[in-house]
Amino acid sequence: MDLARTEVGPRKGAFRRGRARSAAVRLGLIAVPVAFFAVFFALPVAAIVARGLKVDGVWQFGRLLDVLGQPDVRHVLWFTTWQALASTALTLLIALPGAYVFARLDFPGKQILRAVVTVPFVLPTVVVGTAFLALVGRGGLLDGLWGVRLDTTVWAILLAHVFFNYAVVVRTVGGLWAQLDPRQEEAARMLGASRLTAWRTVTLPALGPAVAAAALMVFLFTFTSFGVVQILGGPAFSTLEVEIYRQTSEIFDLSTAAVLTIVQFLAVGAILAVHAWTVRRRESALRLVDASVTARRPRGAGQWSLLAGVLVVIAVLLVLPLAVLVQRSLDAPDFGYYRALTSADGGVFLVPPIEAIGNSLQYAVVATAIAVLIGGLAAAALTRRDAGRFVRGFDALLMLPLGVSAVTVGFGFLIALDEPPLDLRSTWILVPLAQALVGVPFVVRTMLPVLRAVDQRLREAASVLGASPWRVWREVDLPMVRRALLIAAGFAFAVSLGEFGATVFIARPDNPTLPVAVAKLLGRAGDLNYGQAMALSTILMIVCAVALLVLERLRTDRTGEF
Amino acid sequence: MSITKKSTVKSMALAVGLCLVALPALSACGSSDAGSGNGSGGSKTVTLVSHDSWAVSKSVIAAFEEQSGYKVRVLEDGDAGQAVNKAILTKDNPQGDVFFGVDNTLLSRALDNGLFQSYEPKGSDRIKAEYLADQDKHRVTPIDTGDICVNYDKAYFSKHKLAPPSSFDDLIKPEYKDLLVTENASASSPGLGFLLGTAAEYGDDGWQDYWKKLKANGVKVVDGWEQAYNEEFSGSAGGKKAKADRPLVVSYASSPPAEVIYAEPKPTTAPTGVATGTCFRQVEYAGLLSNAGNTEGGKALLDFLLTRTFQDDMPLNMFVYPVVEGAQVPEEFSKYGPQAKEPETLDPAKIADNRDDWVKSWTSLVLK
Repeated sequence: MDLARTEVGPRKGAFRRGRARSAAVRLGLIAVPVAFFAVFFALPVAAIVARGLKVDGVWQFGRLLDVLGQPDVRHVLWFTTWQALASTALTLLIALPGAYVFARLDFPGKQILRAVVTVPFVLPTVVVGTAFLALVGRGGLLDGLWGVRLDTTVWAILLAHVFFNYAVVVRTVGGLWAQLDPRQEEAARMLGASRLTAWRTVTLPALGPAVAAAALMVFLFTFTSFGVVQILGGPAFSTLEVEIYRQTSEIFDLSTAAVLTIVQFLAVGAILAVHAWTVRRRESALRLVDASVTARRPRGAGQWSLLAGVLVVIAVLLVLPLAVLVQRSLDAPDFGYYRALTSADGGVFLVPPIEAIGNSLQYAVVATAIAVLIGGLAAAALTRRDAGRFVRGFDALLMLPLGVSAVTVGFGFLIALDEPPLDLRSTWILVPLAQALVGVPFVVRTMLPVLRAVDQRLREAASVLGASPWRVWREVDLPMVRRALLIAAGFAFAVSLGEFGATVFIARPDNPTLPVAVAKLLGRAGDLNYGQAMALSTILMIVCAVALLVLERLRTDRTGEF
Repeated sequence: MSITKKSTVKSMALAVGLCLVALPALSACGSSDAGSGNGSGGSKTVTLVSHDSWAVSKSVIAAFEEQSGYKVRVLEDGDAGQAVNKAILTKDNPQGDVFFGVDNTLLSRALDNGLFQSYEPKGSDRIKAEYLADQDKHRVTPIDTGDICVNYDKAYFSKHKLAPPSSFDDLIKPEYKDLLVTENASASSPGLGFLLGTAAEYGDDGWQDYWKKLKANGVKVVDGWEQAYNEEFSGSAGGKKAKADRPLVVSYASSPPAEVIYAEPKPTTAPTGVATGTCFRQVEYAGLLSNAGNTEGGKALLDFLLTRTFQDDMPLNMFVYPVVEGAQVPEEFSKYGPQAKEPETLDPAKIADNRDDWVKSWTSLVLK
């Protein structure tokens, strides 16, 4: 392709050829992610929706109105939206002070704490829902202190949503906040503005888009909430996602499930469109500085009490439920539950449960490799200056798997990937593929801002001097994004480790992953089974925490959204 | 979507797939078992599709593999309901040869959808008559049975000097107010079993009235067995750690033995007991899947599921009872959790006709 490249120099037609080549490169970059999503996402989802809505080859769109007309379904829609709005508001209220503290204050243990608050985000709800009950359920902390019990109330759902999404706000908003130049606010104060006015007129507008983006992500995650609502809310509460699961998996009413899937798809699409818009606005030029110079030791009673308040909230709301897991896992003499993990005698598995750790790590490594490859290519394509509107829209599409029910994707895999050359249903590669689907959005979101920050003129200069696109990427982009790439990989890795919904559909009994093994152990009576589930959960938590802690060490100046 | 279009997308995907597959082949995962994708097509492998409660001793599977010459591959496909639904979705191109684990509450869904083909396994004559079903067509074979019953926390009842309940009628008495936790009948198989038990006891007209009284007596409903048993029931190991406060739970007759077997050190007596008058009998069936790739292997495997080797091994692995005459029931079962003498039963056809309506009226009656 690049045979003509031997002659270097400005020649007539070189510019046009360059443009053609650049279009080809863009197409090449985008083709793989597009194919990946077409085959492993769009095709399965379309297949399962078609199974539900097509009778004898004819689409039954009338079903849409039938289903939406049912009072039960309208109630689910209303509750889904309502609880997501309430959860988002509550999360912002509780997490924004945290974002400030992590961004602007410097205190010992900050890195560890930032890793710890991120752990819930990547843990499977099947594990944490159980522990969270210890906080708000009977005999829990709130019960002990004030006799307050919140299990099977909507409050349990809302607080658990804060627990899971605290990190989204801290990382998205706090990440930007740390890089805002504090001198701008100081200048405003020197010019006579009160502290509040200075903050309102200088900092708040700069933070606005990041807050909006974080709010929309939290809204997306809570709008599609599944485990939290099912475990903590009890059967009286149902979100769209829970209802899709029940209709597909229990009642087997595929046409109702298909309608609900379409509704959720449209809603999530709308959320993502708004999100993409705020992201683009946020990338408008802000004066950013190195995060390490903006944080200071707390000064004055105000800052100290704010720090103390945030630490208390983190301790009670985030650390305590995790500590309960650890405590329950140790509730046998001589680490009995941990020792039981090494034996296959229980009969629950063909292999000692401890092997689930190895399986999980192997799957996660492969899933991470796929996610980084697909996400990296997509991010590279999306940052090209000549990326058209269509390509930029692809950015939002890549996020869709985060908002589509795992049961829909899982059932879709079964009926769409079932014949040669793509009979993947019973191969192990399906697990990492499904996990990668959830990892890609994180890779893209982490890489994009960093790639976009690379000065385009550097790339152009390299091209003009005759470097091939590959070489441009290797010499210009790679050195600048290497750390972001590692962070993206780490996040994809942690998310893969904790992925449950899709994995449980396809994991094999001789190769259970950690979350799948935990769920299976919880599904059996007996002290040893329960204890082993707690021990495995604790191990999963520690592995995730270590992965995140390593990421903290790798933080760059500009690490994107997560 | 037309066939040709689909295959174009697929071949495009294959190219992508291949480069993706090349990556992990280099990693440690490569050894797990790539290449078994078309396993059930090969005549030397037989694939069993089941739910995730499937469990069997390694030696038992090895015994079958040795005597039959087939290698067994097991695919656990989610919980019981999910596994059946997935098998139905994929019946034209099934994931395996034999399906194990459809119970009497879902049997009609499987049969109506043509999930199975006819085969009467060797040894069928030894199955106890009460468990048989579909006798004219032999599409399914009973493999195990178990009872869904209210379990009680012995410590609670002795502490409060109260006799544990023994029947459905007891549960609506004032002394048992606010003590029972059960599962959502639309989402959980013990929850559904308990509902069907009350329907069998009080009949089509009476069960709703019973549930009104149960609700007035403070029954708590949670979504699944895990929450009910591990979080709400004060008698279970998980419940004790969670400081649970409900001493009555809908679970299985085999749960008390499990509380003994999975304990270290083993107690001399089970911490929980079974209210034997509240039991609903569940029977699990297996069958040869329509369009199975390896019908001969499938038949051999079905034969094997009825042998003493398998039937004797099953109870302590899956906590169910065998269905063939003469099979051994482990001592722990009779000692800690006796099987109910007269459990409630319902004809699968009757369940088929009423299940959806009953669950619907139950939902609006109890949950709303």
